[in-house]
Formats: sequence, C-alpha cells, structure tokens
Amino acid sequence: MKVRFKVNGVEREIEVEPYELLADVLRERLGLKALKKGCWRGECGLCTILMDGEPVKSCIILAVEADGSEIYTVEGFSEDGRPSPLQESFIRNAGLQCGFCTPGFIVVGEYLARKPRISKEEVKYALSGTICRCTGYKQIVDAVLEAHQEYRKE
Amino acid sequence: MGGAVVREYRYIGKRIPPRDAFDKVTGIAPYVYDMELPGMLYVKLLQSTQPHARIKGIDYSKALSVSGVVAVATGRDFPFRIGIYVGDRDLLAIEKALWVGHPVAAVIAESPRAAEKALDLIEVDYEPLQPVFDPIEAMKPGAPLLHPDLGKYRISPAFKPRPGTNIANEFRLSKGDVDKGFSKASVVVEGEFSIPFMSHVYMETQAVIAHYKPNGYVDIWSSAQSPFSARYLLAMSLGMPVGRIRIHVPYVGGGFGGKAGLGWEPLAVMLSKKAGYRPVKLLFTRSEQMRLAPVVAGVKAWGKLGLDKEGRIVAYQARFIFDSGAFGDYTVNVSRTAGYACTGSYEVDNVECLSYAVYTNKIPTTALRGFGYPENHWVLERLIDMAAKKLGMDPAKVRSINLLKPGKSKTSTGARLREDAGDPQRVLEEVIGSLGWGREPSSTDKPWKIRAKGFALSVKGPSQPPDASSSAIIKFNEDGSVDVMVGTGNFGQGTVTSLAMIVAEEFGIPLDKVHVHEMRSTNDSAYTWQTVGSRGLFTDGSALLEAIKDAKSKIKRVASAVLRVSEDHLEIGDGKVYVKGKPWHYIPLERIVMGYLYENGNAIGGPIIGAGRHIAELNTFLDPETGQGTPTIFYTFGGTGVEVEVNVLTGEIKVVKAVQVFDIGKAINPLLVEGQMIGGFVMGQSRALYEELIFDEMGSVANPNLSFYYVARAKDMPDEWVLKIIETPQSDGPYGARGIGENVMIAVAPAIGNALYHGLSVDVRSLPLKAERVWRAIREQNPKLYKEALEAVKRSIRESYKKLREALVVAR
Repeated sequence: MKVRFKVNGVEREIEVEPYELLADVLRERLGLKALKKGCWRGECGLCTILMDGEPVKSCIILAVEADGSEIYTVEGFSEDGRPSPLQESFIRNAGLQCGFCTPGFIVVGEYLARKPRISKEEVKYALSGTICRCTGYKQIVDAVLEAHQEYRKE
Repeated sequence: MGGAVVREYRYIGKRIPPRDAFDKVTGIAPYVYDMELPGMLYVKLLQSTQPHARIKGIDYSKALSVSGVVAVATGRDFPFRIGIYVGDRDLLAIEKALWVGHPVAAVIAESPRAAEKALDLIEVDYEPLQPVFDPIEAMKPGAPLLHPDLGKYRISPAFKPRPGTNIANEFRLSKGDVDKGFSKASVVVEGEFSIPFMSHVYMETQAVIAHYKPNGYVDIWSSAQSPFSARYLLAMSLGMPVGRIRIHVPYVGGGFGGKAGLGWEPLAVMLSKKAGYRPVKLLFTRSEQMRLAPVVAGVKAWGKLGLDKEGRIVAYQARFIFDSGAFGDYTVNVSRTAGYACTGSYEVDNVECLSYAVYTNKIPTTALRGFGYPENHWVLERLIDMAAKKLGMDPAKVRSINLLKPGKSKTSTGARLREDAGDPQRVLEEVIGSLGWGREPSSTDKPWKIRAKGFALSVKGPSQPPDASSSAIIKFNEDGSVDVMVGTGNFGQGTVTSLAMIVAEEFGIPLDKVHVHEMRSTNDSAYTWQTVGSRGLFTDGSALLEAIKDAKSKIKRVASAVLRVSEDHLEIGDGKVYVKGKPWHYIPLERIVMGYLYENGNAIGGPIIGAGRHIAELNTFLDPETGQGTPTIFYTFGGTGVEVEVNVLTGEIKVVKAVQVFDIGKAINPLLVEGQMIGGFVMGQSRALYEELIFDEMGSVANPNLSFYYVARAKDMPDEWVLKIIETPQSDGPYGARGIGENVMIAVAPAIGNALYHGLSVDVRSLPLKAERVWRAIREQNPKLYKEALEAVKRSIRESYKKLREALVVAR
C-alpha cells in the first residue's frame, strides 16, 4: 500500500505492508533512528511522535493510519543544527541522563511547552506516558516548564 | 587535591550541563540498538517452555527451510560455560533447560521476521524434571539439583559454592560473640523481611552486534558497562588471545548493573562464526528482556538486633537468602556484599551475618545499582526503628550513638575506617533537620489520608576485587586542546563530564577544548576494570589526575629549556606554562604541546601525552571463615528522609517530600550530583512501592511488560525535594570526591517503611509496599485507624450530600 505523509516538513511517499507499524516505517525505512522502541506495545512512550499536532505512540499505530498526516519526530525540532529552546532547556536543566528516552520526552515536551497555558501538575501528568529510568523526572519537568516560559515570550 | 587550602575553581564545583546532552536532545546519540553493519544477520532465541527438563532432542530441519534463515544453533554447538564470578552460564541450554524462558536454540536469519517465523518450526523434545522455585526449599537436602557439575565450574576465589547442593555461594561474616552480646541486651527485636525479584528496566534493552572475522579478530559492539572485563572473560572462555577481541561501546541506554560483567557477547560471537563469519545482531524486545535476560534477585532475610539500655547495639545477627534463579554468575557477589556490609553505617562489635545465593528454576539474576546494600539496609534500618520504639528512645538518637566514627571505629569487616571517610553524624543531623523529624507532619484536608515521616541512613562502597584498576591517557592537539581517553562508560551518570571538567581545570583551558569520545573501545580506550559500584569518578578520576600530572611534567621539561628556569619554578594554568611569581614569562600551551619551535628553526620536545593509573591500595581479600578484611576503597555515607501521605482506605502511598543527604567529599558538578540524588530516589521509591516480577506456577515471569510491571512515572515523584551535599574531602579521591551513583537509592525503602511504622503503627516487612499489601496491613495491625478513616469518609460523603441538597434547594 502506498502512504503519503509529511515528516519533519518533508513530503514522503512510501510503499508499506498493511501490518507495518508507523514506528518501524519511520525508524527502519526513513532512518529516523532517534525514535526508539522500548516496550513494543505502547507502554513506555519512547516512540512518541507528533501526528497532526498531537502526541501519539508510533509503535501502536499502523503506518497506513498515518496516511495524509503531518508528523514530527525529535529530528524535526532543531533548526540548522541548533537545538530548539526546549532542547536547550533540557540541556541546561540536565533533563536527561542515558538519553535513550530523551527523544520521546522532547516530543511530548515541545507539545506541552508550546501550549498557551500549562500547570506543573498537568506537565507531570502528561509526561507520565513516557518512562525515564535515570532522571527521576524532576529535571525533565523543570526543563519543560522553563521552556514554556520562553515560548510564551515569543 | 584534598588539602585545607580553599581554591577558587573555574570549573570544579560548578553546575555544568552534561556534555553529551546536545547529542541526546537532538537524537544523534548512537546506541548499539540503532547500529547496523553491511551484511548483518539477525538472531532470535527460542525460549524453553519447561522450568526444568532434560533436552532429549531438538529438530530444527523445518526451521532451516524458511527463506532467509542462515543457520540454527543449539546448546550442543557451544558445550562450555561462562561467567564473571561463577562460570555457571551456558550460551544456549546445554542438555537441560533450567527455567521457562531459557534460550534453547538460536535462529540466525536475514531479517528478524524470518528468524521469528523459523522459531515456531523448531521442535524440542523435553523430558520434564522436578523443578524447585523457592530458594529455601532449594537449599534443603534432596532438592532437585540445577547444577550437578557445580564443583567443576570456574570459580573466582572470593566465592564458596557448595557442590552437590543448589548453593552457589555461602558467605559468613563473624566478629565478636553474638550470644554474649545478646545477653547484655535490654531489648531484642527480630523479624523476617523480603524483597521480590525486580527488573532493571534500563530503557535500551540488551543489544549486541558481533563479527567474528575469518582473520581471527572479533569485533563486538555492545550495550555494556564492562567492555574490558567482558573481553577478558570472553577470551578465557573461547580460548582466544585477549588482543584479538575488540569490544566497542557507544552511548549505553541505561545499565544500573544489569549490563555489568559478561553479557550476551559470547553468544553473539559464536553465532557470528556459526553464520559463516557474518556480523549478527542480538536485540531483545522488552518481553524477551524480562523473560530471558538476567534480572535482580529476590531475597528472603531475617535479622535480630539487640540494644542495651543506653541504646548501644550490643549484637546483630542476620541471614540473607538470595534467590539467584538459574545462574548465580554475578549474584554470588550480591550475596557476599550483603553479608560483609550487613551492619550498615554502624559500629557493632558482635556480629554474625550469613548470606547465600541459591539456584532455583527461575530467570537468572545479576547486579543492580548498590547491590547487597539495599537488601541489608531494608533489614537493619527497619530493625533499628523497631528496637528504638521498644526501648522508648528516638531512633535518631539510637543511630547517633552507634554511628561509625571515622578514624576510630572498625567496620563490619574489622577494618579501621579512614579518618577522612566523611561525616556520618552531620549526615544524620541534616536528614532529621531537613525532614523536621520530631515535629508532627502536616495534616491533610481529607482525614482518611494520613501523613507520616520516616528516615534511614545508608552507606555504600564499591564491591570490587582488591586489584581492580583503572587508567587514563590524555594527548594534546595542535590547538592546545586535549583528547581524553578513559575506559569508564557513558550511560548518563555524568562521570565523563566531570572528568572533562577536571582536565579543563588543571590546564586552565576552556571546557570546549577538552574532548572525550563517546565510544569506548577495548583496543584504544584506557583500561578500566568495570563501570560499576560508584567507582568511575573516584578510580578513573584518580588515574586521570595522574595522567595530567605526567603531561604537566613533560610540558615543564620543555618549557624549562625555553624559559631557562628550573622545572620546579614553573606553573601550568590559564592555558599557559609560566614562571611562578612572574606570570608574564610564559609560553601558551599550543606553542609547546606539539613541540617547541625556536626562531632559527630548531625544535625540541614533541607531542605531549600523559598516562596515569589507579589501583585500590591496601585492600585485602576477606577471610574465608570470618569475612574480615578491607574490601573497599571508600565508603560514602548518606541518608534519606521522607514524608508520605497514606490513604488509609486504599493503602496507596504518595511520597510528598524527599530529603537526600550525602557526604561525597567534593561535588565536582553539583548539577549532575543532584541528578543522581533525584534519579536514585525515584528508582528507590519505585522499588519500594511498585516493582515486583510475578512468577506463575511454572516459575515463569507472568508480567514481562511495562503495564503489569509498573515503574515510577513523572506523576509519582515527590512534590518537594531537599537535596544536601556534604563535602568532607577524602585525601585520595579526585578533589576529595567519593562515589555517589548507587547510595542514592539504598535508604529509600527503609525510610518509607519507617514512616509507615511511626505514623500509622503499621509494620510491613515485605517489599513492595504496594497498595493492597499496605491496606491489608492497616486492617490487620491498626483496625482502629481503618475504622476511623471509614467513618471520616462516610461523614464527608454525608456532608457533601447535605451541601448538594442545600444547593439544590437554593437553586429551586
């Protein structure tokens, strides 16, 4: 089956099998290796992407379901090799350790930080779809809230 | 280093973001998980469906006919065993399957799909044997034996297996006379405690690529903590020269001990050979990871503590039975460590601690962050609070009386604690001060939710052989920048950032001019034994300082000729080598580190390389009968306090406040130290409250996924944090630093257990403190509290209903 979607701003058209997962197509076929699978069943959130502006777990979505959509992965947020304000905030706050889950958190983080209004409780709750085993989350939550302040200024 | 002189530092002690952060936030950081090689094949493992069975035959002829399948291997192909401490592991089941999940065959294919398809076509003929799942049953005479050849395995000298039984290791710590001690006790408390199996849940599952080349060299890319140990053990097991094996480790997606020692490299190497010298990749799904790769041993423990009327510990006795599952490889060291460090932060003259690692027909186990210490602290730190209550004394006072005194006290192993080991009394004071111990916890607006406070102390030193060593190499580049070669790995601990900061500090060059490659390769990184045990910064940092000293002396030798001043009168800083007292006489480093060129074209010196090393000094083997000796290079003292909110009606525990205090000698980078303190707390909280691998009647892991095996998420973290770093420098640590990576999670469970004990008068001795268990304990142990909470909630419902009715009346 042929699917078309826009990935990180680029139109892509690709032949997929009906059973192929979106995560596998993005990772293995389009080479977006920052997207990880940590659980293979929608539990850990590492493969989170933005699909039409909403965070979704790409390991429990079929590639065909993404036909016609606009997709962003972590690779799509930096410009000219420069990290986004949210990515900068993760760096500043040490909101990462081993880094394996970080792409998932950056995606959800961008989604949250760009909202017009968010509370700390909302951020904690919204980030609970993604597992980080290293950081204990505090520095991730701080990073998102700090980036939110910057995005509001923009 | 060390010293009383307070220096102004440019980098040391500063909150500097992790240097690998850019790679990680932008997604360019490489992991083995992501790597592929040309011509690479994929491996899938067939798991045993039997907990204990003789393998009579394996028919894989149909599997071989699947398109894309290159080869199938079974245990017959690899009739040897491997391991770091006890060589009891097979690559694929040899003759017997030992647990449900035990890999019995491997399919190597052009794609993971082809390999999976072929797995279904392999037929295994099992002859079931009697299994044993409970470690206490497994210790009894006549229990089914997992390893009848235990006596023939290669055993590291520190361990004592009992051939002819299921005991993989037996450790005994004995000091003084416990019977005499207990006879002087005013109060004695004792109890049984337990901790279930847990999964490390490092986010990058086990991943390894191996390429056995026809020229006799082996290249391996592995998500590993210990490339050098793995290389050595691999060479020994395969009978290969060490130098022909090259293990490469890029960023590692979490390890927590689960990727220490020897991993899946041997199997991958042998499969590469079997597949005609093509590279093969082994990558586990989460469910495979949780059914066949080593997890964390459960423990059944017992402890007995006696205090005299002043609150002094007069005797302590404990027993730990670690359920090592089918292989004891690394868990034997977990049992040993739990035993030799059983008295925690306290000085106890009369001690007897027995510790065992016992085989059962369950998933094998290995190291976890802090191993041995979380287990022995869960017993001791709970017993102290029980004994204090019985004596009518403040548990803080009891701890204060018994704390080890640096320079004076002897530890559990009879070694005198060095003078500059830290300040345990101050740790205790800071914990209880920050927690507001002694003041009532704040009340909640819901009377069925009760707040409670508890705390516990912790100590941790690296558990390593006495000759564990490290090294470091630095080399200068043309622009005066430095390449740093170390062996210590990068899985998020921040050690590498701190090491780079040390180099920048010592030469007075910008941090941007210090480069540490993310890849560790056994052939061109400096050697380190393993990245485990909170040792990295201490050992590899010490080696690095020696390398810096070496490079500095080489620079000074050249500068001495150029500046015509003796080497003793030269100093290096600010990116220059200059004359002491006359800093305007200097040479910029970049003009000297590749050789100095005189105006007439003469040149001296040459590229500067510095080398350094570290080895544990004055450590000893432990006495095989009494466990006495010097096992460690430092002890880091710490403590954890919690305020929890317990829903009496559901048993749910919410941690509202966390206090973490550690005396780490020197915080090279406080931002990253705090990262360890926070991350370790939440991991400890997760183990204390939620985590438990559940086994069915076949001993099979029933929850091999992250829905039914719950780990803490962002919403679970405490609302309030108090993080305190105490800096009592240790003279042989880099800038006085001691390790911190593991201690941060050790006292969390006992602190929460103690909070329940004090605040609700409920004593729960089994982890996790999950809602159901706590709810049952409240109903059994404090029914009055439960009844009051039930009344309170009924009252609240009645009031809400009344208000609603009144509002409706008004509305009408």
